[in-house]
Amino acid sequence: MNTSASPQSSSWIHRRIEKIGRQVIDAVDGLGLIVNFTGRVFYWAFKPPFRLKIVFEQFYFIGNKSLLIVGLSGAFTGMVMAYQVYFGFQLISVDSLVGPVVALSLAKELAPVLTGLIVSGRAGSAMAAQIGSMKVTEQVDALEVMGINGVQYLAVPRIIATTVCMPMLSSLFLFIGNIGSYLVGTKALMIDEAMYLSKLGEFMHMSDFYQGFIKSIFFGFIVSVIGTYFGFSVTKGAEGVGRGTNQAVVWGMISVLVLDYFLTSFLVKIL
Amino acid sequence: MIDPNDRAVAVNKVTKIFDGHTVLNNLDFIIPKNKIVTILGFSGAGKSTLLKHILGLMLPTHGHIEVLGQDLTQLNKVQLREFRRNFGMLFQYAALFDSMTALENVMFPLKEFTKMTPEQMYDHASKLLISVDIQEVAFNKLPSELSGGMRKRVGLARALALHPHIMLYDEPTTGLDPITTKMVNELIVETQKNNLSRGMTSIIISHDVRATLQISDYVAFLDRGNIVEYLPAAEFAKSNNELVQEFINL
Repeated sequence: MNTSASPQSSSWIHRRIEKIGRQVIDAVDGLGLIVNFTGRVFYWAFKPPFRLKIVFEQFYFIGNKSLLIVGLSGAFTGMVMAYQVYFGFQLISVDSLVGPVVALSLAKELAPVLTGLIVSGRAGSAMAAQIGSMKVTEQVDALEVMGINGVQYLAVPRIIATTVCMPMLSSLFLFIGNIGSYLVGTKALMIDEAMYLSKLGEFMHMSDFYQGFIKSIFFGFIVSVIGTYFGFSVTKGAEGVGRGTNQAVVWGMISVLVLDYFLTSFLVKIL
Repeated sequence: MIDPNDRAVAVNKVTKIFDGHTVLNNLDFIIPKNKIVTILGFSGAGKSTLLKHILGLMLPTHGHIEVLGQDLTQLNKVQLREFRRNFGMLFQYAALFDSMTALENVMFPLKEFTKMTPEQMYDHASKLLISVDIQEVAFNKLPSELSGGMRKRVGLARALALHPHIMLYDEPTTGLDPITTKMVNELIVETQKNNLSRGMTSIIISHDVRATLQISDYVAFLDRGNIVEYLPAAEFAKSNNELVQEFINL
């Protein structure tokens, strides 16, 4: 019997199992830290002083500075969707439904999810980079030494601003997306304007809009919590800032997509 | 000899253990009021951990830290945060807020913790900046537009804004050229002298033996979480401790 191969392969298996186990423990540990961080955010959000000026500065950065990219994305998403849906629907002669199908897709899914992904890439990464570089240059420590809580001063205003801005940006995406779809549908694809609008009115309801609106509030919250969390988690200088920023974007986007599934499965039952 | 009744900081049998690793080992010493005390030591000796304990940013695993008569281990987080306003700290790289100008950096603690009008804040901050030799032309410059020495001076002005009773300096001369090092050391002595009437104790964490011996009243040597020597600066260089001699002669 060959006895020499067995201990080697069993030690290889051990190492693999150990590695997987360590990764699972790290993931659970990381999740626990984010939950703990979220708890601290809630705690500090309701404690004075309330720094409204910083919240408004963040509104400007997260909201106002995202208008162009969100508007452009909305317009082109609506236009592309109109084309794609039209050529599919034309085959079964229901091209008059292009308007409502695009509008429903935008309202329920595309506007909140794509806005969430855009804001995660733009503002979530900026939050992680800003806070991360403050952390490695001891600016966060300087706040703490002065008796100012870093989470309250840096994270809470960003999270409030993103949570409030995200549904507004998502609504803008939806509005401009519908204009794009309307223009392509009626001007390029020659769908009758009255038909387009009447079908839109017939199939679109406020509850469809609410679904996307509610989702985007949650997306705003999760993207900003993750962005600020990874900012505070930064260690080891510039390399750490880069890694934190990267993780903020990756996990922010994944969170939006995963949360979207759970929110959809819940909201379709109640709305 | 240090009078125990005249203490700014008392470190009472403090031990700090991180993940089974002892960083501070039954540390027991007193920092007298209104003096400049420097804590020297090799990297990893526990200097920064000790500093964080004095600031109440970390609490000991065992033992007590008493600052200005207050046992920090007895305070809750909110009380600790308020208590920290007794401290001013000059960080190694000044830690100025990079989105704010020099003047805004100094005005920041005033905005947060005082009810001063904008004019009063401006006056107070300007005086502080001028006192550390920052000219008016640099008031509206961002930290990235200032030299290392200027950043340190602005950092010192910010640390002094709320009239702290304890001033902490974390490696104040690390990475500076000899002329700027001399300037920072003079500034530390001058700051101590100017604030002595209100009561100010300065604690310096440093590697710089030469500067330490020139500006300090007392020098402590920390090694592997223990104070192995603690003497008046004039006597420190003559210490018989082998580690101290090795450190001095490096």
